[in-house]
Amino acid sequence: MDIFLQQIINGLTLGSVYAIVALGYTMVYGIIQLINFAHGELVMLGAMVAFTVIGALAGTALPPVLIVIAGVVAAVPVCMLVGYTMERIAYRPLRNAPRLAPLITAIGISIILQHLALLIWGRSPLAFPQIIPLVSYTIGGAIITGVQIAIIAISLLMMGGLTLIVYHTKLGIAMRATSQNPQVAGLMGIDIDRIISFTFIVGAALAAVAGVMVGTYYGIAHYTMGSLLGMKAFSAAVLGGIGNLAGAMLGGILLGIVEALGAGYIGSLTNNVFGSNYQDVFAFLVLIGVLVFRPSGLLGERVGDRA
Amino acid sequence: MRHLEVAYGGIKAVKGIDLSVPKGELVCLIGTNGAGKTTTLKAIAGMLPVAADAVLYDGAPIGGLRAFQLVRRGLALVPEGRGVFGQLTVAENLAMGAYVRSDAAAVKLDMERVFNLFPRLAERRGQSAGTLSGGEQQMLAIGRALMSRPKLLLLDEPSMGLAPLMVQKIFETIRAVAREGVTILLVEQNARLALEASSRGYVMETGLITLSGPARELLSDSKVRAAYLGETD
Ligand SMILES: Nc1ncnc2c1ncn2[C@@H]1O[C@H](COP(=O)(O)OP(=O)(O)OP(=O)(O)O)[C@@H](O)[C@H]1O
Ligand SMILES: [Mg+2]
Repeated sequence: MDIFLQQIINGLTLGSVYAIVALGYTMVYGIIQLINFAHGELVMLGAMVAFTVIGALAGTALPPVLIVIAGVVAAVPVCMLVGYTMERIAYRPLRNAPRLAPLITAIGISIILQHLALLIWGRSPLAFPQIIPLVSYTIGGAIITGVQIAIIAISLLMMGGLTLIVYHTKLGIAMRATSQNPQVAGLMGIDIDRIISFTFIVGAALAAVAGVMVGTYYGIAHYTMGSLLGMKAFSAAVLGGIGNLAGAMLGGILLGIVEALGAGYIGSLTNNVFGSNYQDVFAFLVLIGVLVFRPSGLLGERVGDRA
Repeated sequence: MRHLEVAYGGIKAVKGIDLSVPKGELVCLIGTNGAGKTTTLKAIAGMLPVAADAVLYDGAPIGGLRAFQLVRRGLALVPEGRGVFGQLTVAENLAMGAYVRSDAAAVKLDMERVFNLFPRLAERRGQSAGTLSGGEQQMLAIGRALMSRPKLLLLDEPSMGLAPLMVQKIFETIRAVAREGVTILLVEQNARLALEASSRGYVMETGLITLSGPARELLSDSKVRAAYLGETD
């Protein structure tokens, strides 16, 4: 088996998920300069809601693909509503407050959402029912599963769709205008409150799908799963250049690959002093590295260049 | 506008001014730096909170409305310093000017009209606005405001920082727009050009209107000549 190729495939899979989640961070940052630390919890909520629906339908005669789609269809609106609500009641009143206030609020919302999930779903993880037959293909000595192909394909589709919206629709142009200069955007007749709500809703929808994907991939969902995943996706957004859409996509995929390669080789490189259980460290090494050597990220403009 | 007052924090920047812009006319507001001209325009355009009945537009109080709502009513402000979206292309900037319109075909035609008016913009339609020269950015800012088909156009120092030739071009455009029947309130440092283009003028000093009247009279007023036209006689 080719470890290198295998780890690239695994890295691409997880990296696509990071990219989708990172987009949520970066879009919100781009428009209101807030790091929405509660974004990871939307991923968790998406997974939990979807797993509940999938679990309930698992015994029926429905084809597995339809069951998973039903899970997504349930998770997306729930997350959209939560995303919209958090902006509406928590961040909007703080829009002109010192920047630390909404940041701390975001951490607070994150804790609230986690504990809400704990109340609803309990302490033990939800398991993904064995409904999807294991399909796998061998390429060049590495294995890629059907689930991995689906995750990569769906992520790429969503990235393409989002890029189309942001760069080729009036609404998307208005989003970019608002992020550059909200006051002048208002003079164009753009209701910036609506644009901000829209941004949260889109980010939340992406997070919901990401939650279903990562849950399906690992086979479990748990009320704490959003924190680490969120922090990694945030690192990916910073790696790419926070506020920059292409950066979030690139950063997510790169981070996934770095992490997978790191996990694959750390054992042999350190004589098994460190094992692949150190996988989670890499994201943060990357984050620290970027903050030290290139704070604006790979594709981010230097702060002074912002219009 | 009646007895408009605007304060930043506790400090009143505009201390109760009365100013009216008759339909179809070009009126200018001149004054020294810090007089409150920009503040006045921002207040009219809904960018600053003011008493609801402090600003009347077509006879209706609009003081409480926000900027984005006023655009739909036909008000457009070209802000001081242009405020183009630097990372959007020229064409995207113009498209944002027409954000409130849904008649896509007519918007397209209007964009071509702006390009005819300012051929320099046409050549650069796919270029990001931040790379334009100051004069080109001013053309873009004016073109963008026209894209909303305003009934009342507010211009804040459109000649600021421009070379004399460009200033002339901008003023020609302003006159042309006025001839088409758009009502204009023009704030300017260049008092002579502004008064020559206007039917009426207002002079503002430290938050108050100190002089007003037909532009022709202001042009020959000795105080105006001394303070704003740099003449002594
Ligand atoms: N955001 C603000 N906060 C506090 N004070 C302000 C603010 N904006 C303007 N001012 C003050 O209000 C007064 C009027 O400012 P304004 O910008 O309206 O002047 P102006 O007539 O447009 O001047 P200029 O010709 O220099 O553009 C000034 O004293 C200014 O310092
Ligand atoms: Mg001013």
